[in-house]
Amino acid sequence: MSSATQQPVITTRELTKEYRRQEYHVYALRDASIEIHQGEFVALMGPSGSGKSTLLHLIAAMDRPTGGEIIVLGHDLRSLSESEVARWRNAHIGFIFQSFNLIPVLTALENVELPLKLTRLSRRERLDHARRALELVGLGDRLSHTPRQMSGGQEQRVAIARALVTDPDLILADEPTGNLDANSAKDVLHLLTRLNQEFGKTVVMVTHDPHAARTAGHVRYLEKGRLLPNGEVPEDWAPIHA
Amino acid sequence: MLAIPLSYNLRNLTARKTTTAMTALGIALTVAVLLSVSALVQGLRTSLAASGNPLQVLVLRKGGTAELNSVITRTAFQDILARPRIAHDEEGQPMASLEVVTVIVLESKENPSGININLRGLTPMGFRLRDEVKLTAGRMFRPGHREIVAGRSLVNRYGVYLGQKLRFGRGEWEITGIMDGGRTSANSEVFADLNQLAADQNRSTALSSVLLRATSLAEVQPLINDLETDRRLNVDAMTEAAYYAQQTSSAMPIQALGTFVALIMSIGSSFAAMNTMYAAVARRSSEIGTLRVLGFSRRSILLAFLLESALLSLIGGVLGCLLVLPLNGLETGVGSFVTFSELTFSFHITPQVMITGVVFALIMGVLGGILPAASAARKQILPALKSV
Ligand SMILES: Nc1ncnc2c1ncn2[C@@H]1O[C@H](COP(=O)(O)OP(=O)(O)OP(=O)(O)O)[C@@H](O)[C@H]1O
Ligand SMILES: [Mg+2]
Repeated sequence: MSSATQQPVITTRELTKEYRRQEYHVYALRDASIEIHQGEFVALMGPSGSGKSTLLHLIAAMDRPTGGEIIVLGHDLRSLSESEVARWRNAHIGFIFQSFNLIPVLTALENVELPLKLTRLSRRERLDHARRALELVGLGDRLSHTPRQMSGGQEQRVAIARALVTDPDLILADEPTGNLDANSAKDVLHLLTRLNQEFGKTVVMVTHDPHAARTAGHVRYLEKGRLLPNGEVPEDWAPIHA
Repeated sequence: MLAIPLSYNLRNLTARKTTTAMTALGIALTVAVLLSVSALVQGLRTSLAASGNPLQVLVLRKGGTAELNSVITRTAFQDILARPRIAHDEEGQPMASLEVVTVIVLESKENPSGININLRGLTPMGFRLRDEVKLTAGRMFRPGHREIVAGRSLVNRYGVYLGQKLRFGRGEWEITGIMDGGRTSANSEVFADLNQLAADQNRSTALSSVLLRATSLAEVQPLINDLETDRRLNVDAMTEAAYYAQQTSSAMPIQALGTFVALIMSIGSSFAAMNTMYAAVARRSSEIGTLRVLGFSRRSILLAFLLESALLSLIGGVLGCLLVLPLNGLETGVGSFVTFSELTFSFHITPQVMITGVVFALIMGVLGGILPAASAARKQILPALKSV
């Protein structure tokens, strides 16, 4: 299943995001061109401040580029209105945060059900989907727990369930193991691999952890806002080999 | 469509109990003030409206605004008695009551300086014209004796009792009976024999007012016109209902003051709700960002925070209603600004009064919630996610 098909799901051309103020002018991302195909698992690596999150946010349409082109799942993101973007993201993107970002007052089940509130599914179907997603991440017995009653690893698994419950085409994860201990990190990486291999989801993951990056099929590096050519690593890149 | 579930708002409110409680309490107190005033005015209206029989006409001296400053002579009364359109009872007696009204000062332990009480002299016909008034204890005063019958509110509120002797006029008067005035102002009056009281007050010829019953509702206005156009009589006539309705104006200063205080408080409460909601928006900034990433629109965010503010104020509104509920039926008195005497009535907390309170609270909540909700909806995703 990991073999990439012809049609890329993500295409960027000279994608640029610059921040220009009176007191500074930075390129968070500069002329990044990348193609990611259906079923790929790509890791984005690079030093802090190199633009990894920026690229991920642009792909998720959480932010607007200042230059270049970006086409995701056949949509030119720059042409979509704000409400179209919201609906599009709900239907096609599953986003996983470093700090989990669960809603503290809602239970695991309710957190996972939340994105389905925007669909036409009935309440029963929503709860059914949410329950199955939680079972998939191994939390079928924690449905009524609130985030506060769970460990970080469990929280991140709930967040993964929330990201996959809408059956999105694309899973985007920004340092999903950054706040986790080694064991929990392994669980999370294992889940992402399963999503990629068993369910054919395209996964793009930002990570600082070379061990995590190795689970991905592809690694692309960024440096000072530039996406390095395929196979190249930053000059003084000294990955800690695990 | 409510995308973000209501339970999300409810749980956020219960998650920060102290803030929610404080804000809701502020709203509750505001509602309580407003409702107390409404209940007071409502009670006064009920009392005064019940006092006026639409079939009956009150005759005062021309320009006399109240019975207390009116003078009607016995000759004028005889003249009035002969008019057509006045009902007659089974014995053929015209249903008209000549009355004298004066004020006495009633002293009690709680009110050493005394309160003003209406003292009314009347004949048995005067009682017949007051259907709601019933003697509940003791006996009627006897003509030619210094005996009086007191309204039940005076017993309840000022500790007046059967057999008690009161000094006024030229001697001592004994309370021989207690009457229940129903919902009317007779509850806070004292009744005595017309001739005895008039003689005592040196007003044997110059009395206060005449109460008449018309033969039918259709004859009420013609009767009034007939009396008022008679220059020799020189009187004002109005329906009893109109007379008492005009006295409702005695509640106006209280109503105005109460409404004013409630209004000022409501501004404060709105700001408190606004402050609470701004804090909530700030605290949940990254949560707002997350909701947007999940696909919720700015409108859903706006609605969610507006709803939360409305829920918060709803709690306050219901609490406010509960706070004033014990007032229901409580008797109180106001000095009438027309008659300068005490008028007793009960607070009336009607469902309508309560709905007013809840709606008032909701308005405070929504007004206070608009700006914070708008600021939540305006947030950009990335900055919202970054703030912790
Ligand atoms: N709102 C902003 N205003 C100005 N500069 C910004 C803003 N957001 C990001 N940047 C800059 O853009 C650059 C890239 O940021 P980005 O968050 O993409 O880095 P990153 O590779 O994800 O780093 P990290 O590994 O530390 O998360 C940084 O130099 C950052 O300072
Ligand atoms: Mg980053």
